[in-house]
Amino acid sequence: MSKILVSTTVNGEAQEFACDPSTSLLDALRTELHLTGTKEGCGSGDCGACTVSLDGEMVCSCLVLAAEAEGRSIGTVEGIAEGSALHPLQTRFLEHAALQCGFCTPGFLVAAKSLLEKNPDPDETEIRYWLAGNLCRCTGYDKIVRAVQHAAADLRQERTVA
Amino acid sequence: MTSATYHAPASVAEAVGLLSANPAAKVIAGGTDLIVQTRSGRVKPSAYVDIKRIAGVSGIRAFEGGFAIGAATPCTALLEDAALCAAWPGVIEAANLIGSVQVRNRATMGGNLCNASPAADSVPALIAAGATCVVAGPGGERVVPVSAIPASPGRTSLAPGEFVVEIRLPAQPANASDAYLRAIPRTEMDIAVAGAGVALVMEGGVCKSARVSLGAVAPTVLLVEAAGAALVGTTLDDAALDAMGEAVRAACKPIDDKRGTASYRTHTAAVLARRAALIARDRAGAKA
Repeated sequence: MSKILVSTTVNGEAQEFACDPSTSLLDALRTELHLTGTKEGCGSGDCGACTVSLDGEMVCSCLVLAAEAEGRSIGTVEGIAEGSALHPLQTRFLEHAALQCGFCTPGFLVAAKSLLEKNPDPDETEIRYWLAGNLCRCTGYDKIVRAVQHAAADLRQERTVA
Repeated sequence: MTSATYHAPASVAEAVGLLSANPAAKVIAGGTDLIVQTRSGRVKPSAYVDIKRIAGVSGIRAFEGGFAIGAATPCTALLEDAALCAAWPGVIEAANLIGSVQVRNRATMGGNLCNASPAADSVPALIAAGATCVVAGPGGERVVPVSAIPASPGRTSLAPGEFVVEIRLPAQPANASDAYLRAIPRTEMDIAVAGAGVALVMEGGVCKSARVSLGAVAPTVLLVEAAGAALVGTTLDDAALDAMGEAVRAACKPIDDKRGTASYRTHTAAVLARRAALIARDRAGAKA
């Protein structure tokens, strides 16, 4: 079986990797590019732990073939902070204790960032529906929702000041 | 893992060539069913034919007063077309009940149709709407009703080398609308226990034509002509809705499984059809 060479952009940087045709984008990110922030939970699109952005839209990277990423732009949890400065979502997740084991957190952060890019002022219902594809077995979700609301307020404030 | 190959053809003809040459090849659009089925071993594709790089197979365009939707257009992209949402809100809401946002950013109505699940959410809405699809194959293109594609659970009527290129929604008259409802035990991330799509044309408060389609109550999605006929010529009064419900229950041939019993599915299908009919009527009235 011949490998496929894929040229893509990950977190703003050009990246190339070789993969088998059946390899998922999730496996390529973790094993070829060593970006292990993205997690594999279910491997069937039910849990959202592997959420990344693909050309600006969030997807389950377990349900994308790595070969499909040719020429596309991918965003992972590693691209959310700017250097050592945490994104407001990350700060508020910490403050609100919106995680316990943390396995689902990268997926929640990518999904919540995608929500706030599209809707800077979501209400609680909108947040809960948007995050319905991200499962957390520790927190009961309430702290996650509060963290997203708080981060959304931070980002709106930043925008007003700027 | 079998040694599948991956292809991203640039034209419909190239895709047909790949599919014809390779009977165990699978079309990949959103991949949200195919990749799961491959991983579980249920399907073993010898090749993936990715149709997303073919010009015209993604996106929405006006067509004969209605809409032509590329088979690889993700469900969430439908929400961005205001004219489409205004004309066929039931189809759009059905497509956007599937899975999560992550899934809908990839999943397509073309894939939902060709996966041939009896519980596919967008299919009853498309059938109620009278949608057709363009099928490309070795013999060229043909246009068939969406209802002709599902053959049995997991099987389509597509011949070797064929694939769905486009789904077409007809022009929507004034005073017409549609709705789709499904029952699941929670509000998101589940598969329909029963689903009902209804499309109506109203005139002066009276129903001129009606199509009722049901999901998850038979081996394929059903078009129940008797249910639509029960509404025509009425104001959707209780007697007409009762008659429609009777026709719906008579058409249901569901299975008992972990999602629901046959009797629950049958009862629920009629309740959903009734509610969907009233929503479609109110939407049609609001447009007048």
